[in-house]
Amino acid sequence: MNPMPACTREVTVQLENGLHLGPSSQIVQLAQRFSSQLTIRKGDRVVDGKSMLDLLTLAAEHGTVLVLEARGDDAAEALEAVAALFARNFVADQPG
Amino acid sequence: MKLSDFVVREAILTDLKAATKEAAIRSMVESLAGSGSVKSGEQEGIIAAILKREELGSTGIGKGVAVPHTKHPSVDRLVATIALSKEGVEFASLDGDSVHILFLLVSPPDRPGDHLRALENISRHLRNDNFCNFLRQAGSAPAVVELLEEADNNQLG
Repeated sequence: MNPMPACTREVTVQLENGLHLGPSSQIVQLAQRFSSQLTIRKGDRVVDGKSMLDLLTLAAEHGTVLVLEARGDDAAEALEAVAALFARNFVADQPG
Repeated sequence: MKLSDFVVREAILTDLKAATKEAAIRSMVESLAGSGSVKSGEQEGIIAAILKREELGSTGIGKGVAVPHTKHPSVDRLVATIALSKEGVEFASLDGDSVHILFLLVSPPDRPGDHLRALENISRHLRNDNFCNFLRQAGSAPAVVELLEEADNNQLG
């Protein structure tokens, strides 16, 4: 049995106000375009990257290091897309 | 941070009649002002700021829940209220569903960490189906307060 391909990537929250509702919503909307599962880990906590309520429970402040993990057929593309969102610091540090 | 630390019990609305986003937000901010937790005279500015934030993207986060919010210099600590709507409020939510549970937050501009922790707290409890179901069924402000305290004390299973 072949395990589903999985990729991981470390990202840092550069948003001045942390990963609040606006950016979390951008992650969910982007992640939902892919069939792969996306999880986001902060320390020992792992949440579903396609769930707003899950993401908001991270309370990831500026400077927090998160580990993205995508698992599925389009894992590499999903990971690249979400990592790019962090790299360009989302649309802006608005809306709150 | 606990729910009962920032939800103003005197401002809880358990029978919100508003059908639109603007009317719902207005009722909730007026209720916070009526409880004395935001300064009288600041309501219009707060309502305008929350509506402006909604224009950038709905805070309807799915599962019948919305978290309208803003930073505002008129508060010196984070304050929030809860409104429950039986009929539902059209909120342009992510999942398209109308909203039955609203948490409205007003936080000081220089305390982004408090805002994040309040969101964390609210969303952690909303993931618990017991909390959502009991909240939607709560018929009075004291019943909501009791539920918040049970949630704070992790008594909801």
